[in-house]
Amino acid sequence: MSPLLLRPSRALRRIPRQQLALAAGLVMTVAVGAALLAPWLPILDPDVVDTPSRLRPPGSPGHLLGTDEFGRDMLARLVWGARVSLLAGLATASASMLIGVLLGLHAGYWGGRVDTVVMRLTDILMAFPYILLAIAIVAGLGPGLTNAMVAIAIVGFPLYARLVRGLVLSLREREFVEAARALGSSDRVILRRHLLPHLLAPVVVAWSLDVGAKILATAGLSFLGLGTQPPTADWGSMLATARTFVILRPHVALLPGLAIFLVVLSLNILGDALQDMLDPRLRHG
Amino acid sequence: MGRYLLRRLLLLVPVLLGVSVVVFLVLHLAPGDPAEIMLGSQATQEDVTRLRADLGLDEPLPLQYARWMAHVLQGDLGRSIRMRQPVLGEVLIRFRATLILTATALLLSSVGGIALGVLSAARPRSAVDQLSTLGSIFGASMPSFWLGLVLMVCFSLWLGWLPASGMYGAHGPGGLADLLSHLVLPAVTLAAASTTIIARLTRSTMLDILRQDFVRTARAKGLVERGVVLRHALRNALIPTVTVVGVQAGYLLGGAILTETVFAWPGVGTLMLQGILARDFPLVQGCVLVIALVFVLFNLAVDLLYAFLDPRIRYE
Repeated sequence: MSPLLLRPSRALRRIPRQQLALAAGLVMTVAVGAALLAPWLPILDPDVVDTPSRLRPPGSPGHLLGTDEFGRDMLARLVWGARVSLLAGLATASASMLIGVLLGLHAGYWGGRVDTVVMRLTDILMAFPYILLAIAIVAGLGPGLTNAMVAIAIVGFPLYARLVRGLVLSLREREFVEAARALGSSDRVILRRHLLPHLLAPVVVAWSLDVGAKILATAGLSFLGLGTQPPTADWGSMLATARTFVILRPHVALLPGLAIFLVVLSLNILGDALQDMLDPRLRHG
Repeated sequence: MGRYLLRRLLLLVPVLLGVSVVVFLVLHLAPGDPAEIMLGSQATQEDVTRLRADLGLDEPLPLQYARWMAHVLQGDLGRSIRMRQPVLGEVLIRFRATLILTATALLLSSVGGIALGVLSAARPRSAVDQLSTLGSIFGASMPSFWLGLVLMVCFSLWLGWLPASGMYGAHGPGGLADLLSHLVLPAVTLAAASTTIIARLTRSTMLDILRQDFVRTARAKGLVERGVVLRHALRNALIPTVTVVGVQAGYLLGGAILTETVFAWPGVGTLMLQGILARDFPLVQGCVLVIALVFVLFNLAVDLLYAFLDPRIRYE
């Protein structure tokens, strides 16, 4: 479901919202902090294989969260995995946003042929189930994290293009645009100085909700073996290899999934809070 | 209605053409020679030349597309390199399994979602409402493939109630009971996120409708609350719900690829993945094309159903 339509924590009216946002903020601070500071944290090397101590349960001496099938420290792999997963989410959502805003802005402003071409392009891309198109693109480019990110960014831009086009279509008829034009502003100035600032709030909200969806998508591709390649740790690929050992030691699969879940949940809650902050009308909606 | 149908069918043509171009380009996106990539580093130059000729890779791109399209229109999706069999037959066999999984998940999520939504709206802030709210927050943030693993650990490993993977037991009796027991976990996994989305939409639509005048009239007439909710409100709430159920069907078809992988379900998703890992491009193209085609046709069906339910759409 598109993150624009699905606003899960909106339903959480009854729980004190600030506390919820605070908790979500805390989770994100820990995740981002761990990801940024990974090289300096007192954790083991995430790639060092130690076969004799493989599949140790959480709480084992020296391995707070246990070890995986090669005896690698789970905590270290989760922390280093956060770097890959968070970066992938941020980068793909940002790339989708840039492409989508650029195309949507021009489609809405110029109309006519530009609009038709852009809209038909988004129609075609949206004629595929989201993950299928991403898989198809990775199939062509070859498995790997960069290619998976390129695929997800391509698949994600129609959402922004449509959002921005719709906004621009209504904005371009407004008086302030007419006034700017009457004053002799060029199209470039109108697009940049008058229209773009109006798009900021809705686009930032869409983006903040999208980062979580993109983390899920990247993890999904890695889970299928099409994203991050071994031995690099990312949460999706950790889950993929853990699948084989889930019967023996459930923790190897449960922990990376829990990390994805908590981070995406927090991002969704924060995205909602941001939307309420930027659009006060919704507070009473 | 006839005119609307015609317009919708005409709009389908450019989309289908675009889909076919995208699917065709999958093979040609790869940097380097697809024939060399498919055959790997062990292949001789002769093998590569032969495969290039077989796939028509030595011709100009537009010509290749036209030739490929001509074959596709005749139902020929090429031959799988790995299995040395026509792609279409293999894809259709596997598609049956995907369809069973997707349809079951769709049924579960629509029935479950609508029931949850109605119950939540009829008694806001009740335990059911709170639970469904919590579920909707989790549903949107939980990776489906992880939920699958969690369910597998709980119900197969710890409780031992249900089989962990596959479509039929290796030594089991086969038949419907065996299929159903294998179907439960993947179908629930796939349906989970959609159920919460449908429940939320049904809840909010129902709440809007329950505030309207005709509902007050129905209550004032002395109808029992159940009749008011089910006969008067729900019927009106179903129109927007149909749309979201349709949209979800598409997502389920895509999500099935992940779920199939978790549970080793022998569907078209696992087939496509095998194709990608074996660099069997005709097979991948066939799988993508068939899924996309079904997706597009399903969306069309939903739009038509919507227009049928709400006559205002047709005259726009």
